[in-house]
Amino acid sequence: MHLVFSPADRAVDELIGALRRRGYVVVAPTVRESAIVLDEVDGVAALPVGWSDEQEAATYRLHRRDDRSLFAYAVGPYSPRRYLTAPRKTLWTALRAGDGFELVDDTAEPPPYAFVGVRACELAAIAVQDHVVRDGPHPDPSYVRARERAFFVGVNCGSPAATCFCTSMGTGPAVETGHDLAATELLDETRHELWVEVGTERGAEVLAEVQSMMSWRTATEDDHDAARHVITGSVEQMTRRLDPAVARDVLIANLEHPRWDDVAERCLSCTNCTLVCPTCFCTAVEDVTSLDGDRAERVQRWDSCFTLGHSTVHGTGSVRGDTRSRYRQWLTHKLSTWWDQFGESGCVGCGRCISWCPAGIDLTAEVAAIAAGTDR
Amino acid sequence: MPADGGAVATSAGRRLRTPVGPMVPTRYRVVSRQRETVDTVTIGLEPIDAPIGEPEPGQFTMLYAFGVGEAPISVSGCPRVEGALQHTIRGVGATTRALCRLEPGSVVGVRGPFGAGWGVPGAEGSDVLVLGGGIGLAPLRPVIREVLEDRQRFDRVAVLIGARSPADLLFATEIEAWRSRSDAHVAVTVDAAPRGWEGHVGLVTTLIDRLPITPTRATVFLCGPEVMIRVVARDLVGAGVDADRIFVSLERNMHCAIRQCGHCQLGPLFICADGPVVTWATAAPLLAVRRW
Amino acid sequence: MRPIPIRELLAEQPVLRELEPADIDLMAGCGHNEVFQAGTYLAREGATADRFFVVRHGKVAIELHAPTGPLLIETIGAGDLVGWSWLFPPYRWTYDVEAIDRTRVVVIESACLRAKCDADPVFGYRLMKRFAQVVVDRLEATRFRLLDLYGNVDAR
Repeated sequence: MHLVFSPADRAVDELIGALRRRGYVVVAPTVRESAIVLDEVDGVAALPVGWSDEQEAATYRLHRRDDRSLFAYAVGPYSPRRYLTAPRKTLWTALRAGDGFELVDDTAEPPPYAFVGVRACELAAIAVQDHVVRDGPHPDPSYVRARERAFFVGVNCGSPAATCFCTSMGTGPAVETGHDLAATELLDETRHELWVEVGTERGAEVLAEVQSMMSWRTATEDDHDAARHVITGSVEQMTRRLDPAVARDVLIANLEHPRWDDVAERCLSCTNCTLVCPTCFCTAVEDVTSLDGDRAERVQRWDSCFTLGHSTVHGTGSVRGDTRSRYRQWLTHKLSTWWDQFGESGCVGCGRCISWCPAGIDLTAEVAAIAAGTDR
Repeated sequence: MPADGGAVATSAGRRLRTPVGPMVPTRYRVVSRQRETVDTVTIGLEPIDAPIGEPEPGQFTMLYAFGVGEAPISVSGCPRVEGALQHTIRGVGATTRALCRLEPGSVVGVRGPFGAGWGVPGAEGSDVLVLGGGIGLAPLRPVIREVLEDRQRFDRVAVLIGARSPADLLFATEIEAWRSRSDAHVAVTVDAAPRGWEGHVGLVTTLIDRLPITPTRATVFLCGPEVMIRVVARDLVGAGVDADRIFVSLERNMHCAIRQCGHCQLGPLFICADGPVVTWATAAPLLAVRRW
Repeated sequence: MRPIPIRELLAEQPVLRELEPADIDLMAGCGHNEVFQAGTYLAREGATADRFFVVRHGKVAIELHAPTGPLLIETIGAGDLVGWSWLFPPYRWTYDVEAIDRTRVVVIESACLRAKCDADPVFGYRLMKRFAQVVVDRLEATRFRLLDLYGNVDAR
């Protein structure tokens, strides 16, 4: 079912209201500290109205537009990952009891989240994370719960960044699966409307409430054309390329390529790429004890393969003791061995790692360099 | 504490639930403690809560020391055989040292069993060679037990044990019992020995040639420091053993043991799930890459 | 300044001092000069052992790589030779060989030398004796190191 709402900002505002009334905490893009980040919002006014972004290697800038666009930007440093897998959470608590201990769980359950404005690449990343933490023999119960309850309003990209390469990875720019609702902003001199596609029954239910609050129409052939035009426009704008099959084959076959030394000279091992990446899943688990020693919390937090102690052999030290080996691990895992482990690429082409790398390292360029240096 | 995930109200008015999930340990009590060497201890555990599944030889558990942390420890004795769940632990870090200090009566957390085991039934009908260096003998003990207990399933059996010195030998008493058997060739060798040692002194590999084993018909179970595994496996292949019939046990640090924390990766392998036991055919190209 | 012939460079190395001049000539025919910068590798464990090295200047380390980095086994300096895996099948290096300092070596191609040994077994015998002596010397030195003589003698 495809509907068009007019005006778009009212539609988004009513949608956020309908979701909040159902108990969702609504998470959407918002401007904060000169970036567009995800945060809890209570209405359309909190969205980056009239803002766009400009991204390149080691570059992220916001620009003001001269209109009231709602979604005229690409992705920022945060992704829904931080709501589905909290950066820090207590798994359980051990309380000293007698000569031993008891295990309790006194954490508060997180609220259900509704993501408004999530992009196709982010939905693809969530599917990749599903395969790691939900679909194996040991599903993470809190992820399963958060995932079931999460509501997704996808947005079809109209303004990809220069760092985007979702077309290469087959993950966008069109939202095709994983959404409860998907929207395309139709904005030109004559109109500012929201084209909406229903993805699930619960999506239809929420939309019905919006329909009862404002005017709408069934999408016409012209509306469909306009929506399609937004997507083809994005496809044409995307210039960065990565061939996932080439990357997969060429990296694993060239583990001693001199390019690894080259990138090691530039990489700061700062872990930014792993922090912004929506598919990275490494975590560390640690004990945090109370001062009196009677209570020990088992805490799980995000971790990064760029840390020195990430891979060790018990009692002898760090395996990847230099930046070269750690960068190689990250890239070969993301683009090569992820295929062996999960049957797909670990990369969704969102480009965040390129924008947020302070050294401006571009993995598409690294792959191209290694691929070019091997064909004889 | 209800075992069904139910809620209990505390005096402070907060609702507590019983934690559930693959990251939650089950509690065991230490029932025995045996010092093996200056830094290695074998502890025997019996369940307080519902026990974990019976481990296969080669599998490991995550042992939790209250307030300190968890460590992956190979099972060195299975409950079905020993009566208790046994682990042989070398204290080199905060967690393993805490585990080594535990006296009988202490409570630990156990998760598991995890990982791909040795697969002893796959060796039926072939010659069997068990090769353990240093602490590597610990995960091999259940193999040796299983093979010797059901001796007729296998052809000729040899066990080679290497250690730094006589004082560094694990399971010294049990080794003597194995050596006294006439149906298995058991040899021990050390790198250095004091006066009075009447056994071999030299590298474990020097004993391979003289074994009553046919390399081309042998299944090998090999464990020890990674460098030792590489050198010994190379010599075994050179002697004619099939790389697909050499089983090695690898090791990396682990936080989850369920293929989700990412720490234990070696190339495409998650050591916690695809290992720790893999064939030499699988391990050789991965171990050949430096800092991989 | 004219380049020094390989046979002169070989003749002045202590490790080859006991070889006849004719033997040195045969060996020189399989050799050429190379320089390795510090930190580069002359050989890698598992690679085909198709050569060995006579060290003229500098120092190399014999290493075994472990997960956490290289394990240093021994260093070989000027006047000595490195590599005997070329002598026996499967002709694969058992260790990594890393240049510690900027090192100049004479590289001897082993296929070439083995062919000359096959053609002239008496030369081959003299060469094997020299190599056997090198191996024996290294083994004796290693045995002394194993005794850990500088360590706690009382434990013995």
